[in-house]
Amino acid sequence: MMPEQVTSEVLDNRRSGDYHVLSLTAPGIADVAKPGHFITLAMGGEESSMVLRRAFAIHQVQSRGVYGGTLDIAVSVQGRGTAWLAERRRHDMLNLVGPLGKPFALPREGVSCVLVGGGYGSAPLFMLAQELRERGCRVDMVIGAATESRLFGVLELKRLASALTITTDDGSAGVRGRVTDVLDDALDRASADVVYACGPMPMLAEVARISTKRRVFSQCAVEESMACGIGVCMTCVLPVIGDDGVTRMVRSCVDGPIFRGDRVRWSDINTMPDDVWGAPGYDERGAGR
Amino acid sequence: MSRALITHGDPNSTGNSPGARVDMSTDLAGIDLPSPILTASGCAAAGREIDAFVDITSLGAVVTKSIMLRPRSGRATPRMSETPSGMLNSIGLQGPGIDSFIENDLAWLVDRGARTIVSIAGETVDEFGRLASKLRPIGGFQAIEVNISCPNVADRGQVFACRAESAAQVIQAVRRNSDSRIPIFAKLSPDVTDIVEIADSVLKAGATGLSLINTLLGMVIDTNTMRPALAGVTGGLSGPAIRPVAVRCVWQVRAAFPKIPIIGMGGIRSGSDAMEFMLAGANAVSVGTAVFNDPSAPVRIHRELAQLVADHGFGQLSQIVGRAHREPEAPGANGSTDFDDWDFITEERS
Repeated sequence: MMPEQVTSEVLDNRRSGDYHVLSLTAPGIADVAKPGHFITLAMGGEESSMVLRRAFAIHQVQSRGVYGGTLDIAVSVQGRGTAWLAERRRHDMLNLVGPLGKPFALPREGVSCVLVGGGYGSAPLFMLAQELRERGCRVDMVIGAATESRLFGVLELKRLASALTITTDDGSAGVRGRVTDVLDDALDRASADVVYACGPMPMLAEVARISTKRRVFSQCAVEESMACGIGVCMTCVLPVIGDDGVTRMVRSCVDGPIFRGDRVRWSDINTMPDDVWGAPGYDERGAGR
Repeated sequence: MSRALITHGDPNSTGNSPGARVDMSTDLAGIDLPSPILTASGCAAAGREIDAFVDITSLGAVVTKSIMLRPRSGRATPRMSETPSGMLNSIGLQGPGIDSFIENDLAWLVDRGARTIVSIAGETVDEFGRLASKLRPIGGFQAIEVNISCPNVADRGQVFACRAESAAQVIQAVRRNSDSRIPIFAKLSPDVTDIVEIADSVLKAGATGLSLINTLLGMVIDTNTMRPALAGVTGGLSGPAIRPVAVRCVWQVRAAFPKIPIIGMGGIRSGSDAMEFMLAGANAVSVGTAVFNDPSAPVRIHRELAQLVADHGFGQLSQIVGRAHREPEAPGANGSTDFDDWDFITEERS
């Protein structure tokens, strides 16, 4: 699927807990976007001192209507760029590129799925849950955050999920603790075949570890910082094991952001192990051991 | 919105925008380019990804990401940090190696019909020579850009472009192993005391032209973690923040060498930015970091530059190359000073 660059109009900017949800026009993008796709936005206008785009998972799409396709993103204010974005109002114009990345892989038949979201990582799971339900899958969800206001979309998820488990670090909502503390129980209850997860990297690493240990197939949407989002800058790489058994530094923007949990070398992220293809200690003759 | 492309109208066309009637072709070391806008090495991979946004065959040329002899994993992450009007990167030349590049990337570019300048990077003088000799029988590219100035190598002593002697040795090795008809551009670092001295040495060693400039060595410290922001500690600074440094380098080298081909680069994100480089003496320009911000930037910059050239009353881009170097006009020489306006100070003589 070819990404497009469009001028996008802000249709709405509303608060949801600690987050902002922006509705944006995205003709030609919203109608082809699949669960797990993301978009990027340029920050601060043409003369901005912020030269890098920011990436956002697509939360929801409305493929038809007067605007010819619109999409929603969840924004967490973390720095200058997201602070600027949170101040956008109806009719402001943005420079939008999408859809980007490879979407979630979907089961061919109605299997049992557990979706795990950390913080606003639950945002891209809405479209996924809808799609999975349409395919006859059971969809249970586990979402967690530091505190209640950092949970995203609880009310709507209650409608979407067959069972919803909530955790907060401070116990302000749901079970006190982390999503990974309750994951084993959730997997048992659902007799899960597949786990989908989106959230901070340490959470994904733990979700992947638990799933793989239980021989449950997992798909994780990673959050790596990106400069371009289209596959040219090589900043968003992480060590992923290929079908041939060789670990390569792959781009999370075009080869991801969804990866099989058992294929990402979570504990080696931010390092350069010797056995990575092309690393200083890499032995070509030993490739694919 | 569909893919942006540069329409190379002929000078007599009746297109309604004045910019569309400007002859934007440029001569770069004997290569006739329909546009002066190139991609910058490392900012457009091997053209494939940005071809979704711009028709790469309409660009002056695609300058590919520096390729090395063998596959290379690059540096650990984090590799990037945004800085005021710029970014710091420490990728470490991640790439598939020259054999895979020739088989996959260069073959694709040839198939696609793009003009291509292949950027090469080696760890030793010998490696540069071997890269050139691997490319020699292949063809399908218009020039070689020799990256002797990547700041992201473990040993700063490997930045060949920081010393005139090592810079010349690399260029000699590439020249000796390349078809004599293939232009060779040496990409220089601004992190030197006298860039003209380095330029002089590589030109004497056989460089056809110069690419000015590579990134500046920089550093960012994360005040939360109290550690360097990049895993590689230092990185290359690019983006609009470095543009005045780059324009200065082009100016100084053009002043010293009036005839040599120069590709200018460093923070170009608008037609006006590109025009600065051409006025300073660049024959073509590369757009780098701006592509991360705006994947169709090369086409937009071409259009804006054409418009500016037209606005200044020129019909050909070549007329503005190096124009900032001309002597200041004598009053009245260009007709801009209207002596009639001085009537009010005309003295009465007794």
